[in-house]
Amino acid sequence: MRDVSRTLPEEILITGGSIYDPATGKSRKSDIGVKQGVLVAPDAVQTDSATSIDATGCIITHGLIDIHVHFREPGREDKENLQTGARAALAGGFTRVCMMPNTNPPIDSPEVVRSLLEKGADLPVQINVIGAITREQKGVELAELLEMYAAGVVAFSDDGMPVENGQVLRNALLYARDLGIPIINHAEDTHLRADGVVNQGALSTRLGLPGNPVEAEASMIHRDLLLAGETDARLHVPHVSTALAVELIRKFKGQGVRVTAEATPHHLGLTEDTLTGFNTNAKVAPPLRAEKDRQAIVAALVDGTIDCIATDHAPHTVDEKEHDMINAPFGMIGLDSAVGMAFTVLRQAGLAVEQIIDLFTSGPAAVMGMELTPIEEGAPVELVIINPDENWTYGPEDIYSRSRNTPMLGMNFTGRVSAAITSKGWFCRS
Amino acid sequence: MGDKTISIKHLVGLEGVSRDDIRIILDTGFTFREVLERPIKKVPTLTGINVVNLFFENSTRTRISFELAEKRLSADVTSFSAAASSVKKGETLKDTVQNIHAMKMDAVVMRHPVPGAAIQLSHFVDAVVINAGDGTHEHPTQALLDMLSLQEKFGYLEGLKVGIIGDISHSRVALSNIFGLLAMGAKVTLCGPGHLIPPHVSELGVEVNGDVDEVIEWADAVNVLRIQRERMGVGLIPSVREYRSQFGISLERLSRHKKELIVLHPGPINRGVEIDSEVADSDQAIILDQVLNGVAVRMSVLFHLLKPREEMEAA
Repeated sequence: MRDVSRTLPEEILITGGSIYDPATGKSRKSDIGVKQGVLVAPDAVQTDSATSIDATGCIITHGLIDIHVHFREPGREDKENLQTGARAALAGGFTRVCMMPNTNPPIDSPEVVRSLLEKGADLPVQINVIGAITREQKGVELAELLEMYAAGVVAFSDDGMPVENGQVLRNALLYARDLGIPIINHAEDTHLRADGVVNQGALSTRLGLPGNPVEAEASMIHRDLLLAGETDARLHVPHVSTALAVELIRKFKGQGVRVTAEATPHHLGLTEDTLTGFNTNAKVAPPLRAEKDRQAIVAALVDGTIDCIATDHAPHTVDEKEHDMINAPFGMIGLDSAVGMAFTVLRQAGLAVEQIIDLFTSGPAAVMGMELTPIEEGAPVELVIINPDENWTYGPEDIYSRSRNTPMLGMNFTGRVSAAITSKGWFCRS
Repeated sequence: MGDKTISIKHLVGLEGVSRDDIRIILDTGFTFREVLERPIKKVPTLTGINVVNLFFENSTRTRISFELAEKRLSADVTSFSAAASSVKKGETLKDTVQNIHAMKMDAVVMRHPVPGAAIQLSHFVDAVVINAGDGTHEHPTQALLDMLSLQEKFGYLEGLKVGIIGDISHSRVALSNIFGLLAMGAKVTLCGPGHLIPPHVSELGVEVNGDVDEVIEWADAVNVLRIQRERMGVGLIPSVREYRSQFGISLERLSRHKKELIVLHPGPINRGVEIDSEVADSDQAIILDQVLNGVAVRMSVLFHLLKPREEMEAA
């Protein structure tokens, strides 16, 4: 059933599952009720009239949080808008998202921030907004960071546009330091990257495509880490893609630098080999890397060097992706496949289901300074139900985004979202 | 002529093409080479077959060579040239595909500025796709004509030592030669400025040596790549003088080596830059043979890829 964001039933009874609360780290086997959007004891709902969800074999936990999405509003609503983005998020198990500011116009003023927060207020998924670091994301003049903070942004980033000028980044770190929210820099030395569209290596040579070297990412992350250390400000590194960057983050974190990092499901699950055959849907920034990079990212998620998973959900139209490798845009959608990919890969890597859930909940919440909603009677409902053992094949019918640019179609996953419920709507697969 | 059939359906590159297929294409190339020496140089082989030459990038030599090959085989030929800017302006490969469908073409010969364009096209169309150069990726018929010329000169390719000299990173000629020569059992050494050697290229099975004299000493033949003028003075190649003195194939340099070296060049030549006139016009250069062999090998490729189609029509 493709019915998403339905009006929440008056009463829901979830039975047979076990509840894991990432806020406390505790699990318990229990049924749970929802009444008018609030968690209640199972016997507080009318068993005959309540909508029942059979969660046998499933884990009931806090709704997932994606701190890196592109919802394209305003400007490119043909790719996605708040509503369709929220629909894809909920179907993917996410109850909160953070929108990147590379919209048109960009989110670089308190007015745009407020308008998006207002528009998103009634959606079933909590829409958070990340403000630009610099005016028009040009990397030159600081945007109104303090005004945007007052309007409600949760972080600052010029996502997609690296802040090349070290002095500008340093100023931003210092200017925003006392706010306590992170500066997120898309780290790529644009000169080293040059026209690179795929990872630089034997594959880029074979395909004759301009390569993007791992050093383009690692060298800028190194600079950013040094500046974060010097300013004692909060730095968040998005979509880490290289083993070199992992090593640097691990080292500086060990020295007490206030750095957090995220990895995407595609960087932890796919390699550059996906590009063989010139698949434009696998063209993404930073690029899919070599197997050793992928393994380093998985290891960094296991040992805590990388704090959370974020999708970098980047919808593009079919028409745009039907361009050639140079002219097709960078990016892939990720909300509806994130749980499948992450559970499949990370369980094989030895992580427990609860630890993977942390990477989707308490991990990103800590990065953004968000409070989790307690899973206890009287609290508003913000839940996801995941069957960690369900085998499924990711197909076109699983896409809830307005766009369909993903190289993962046809992949087999273990671990699937059965339902996601907030006080403003719900998604249920069956 | 050419009873054997090849296993590939398109010629999008030489990566992954088998030694048997290349051998068959080269053998038939020699047959067509004889046809081209006859007073009447036309055969009715592809009568009724429609071929379109789509050139999204400037090219005179390759386009003319393909047109000649198609006409010598009696195919119906349509040529279309568009500036690369029309690609940038937003015509997608899909638009190209739809045009090909609408024109009911049997084969598409495409030159395109973007790596992989021919491969992507082959995923979408029923027509046979022949890559006439896709950006910095491959130029398979150029490598086939180079191999035909080497085979003609030496009589063998297995164990032949070939140096490729110049800007390897931006050369589709180099990449196709690497794949083709290695498939045929030849040995390949690349030589050029360090930053113009593709990263990790040795993983393909070639040697890299920055000393052009050592490469000359080692090689049976060298393929001298054209240095793109637009790379001069933008930091990649500091000056013509320096390039010429370090990597240029001058008569003076060759005379220091007491050996017979065969010289190839894909053209067009920058005389006095990557190669001197005295070398380019000498007997050891087989540059004009390459031009004739280019027509012959393209006839062979068209013949082998389109023959099954023709037989299907006849049945």
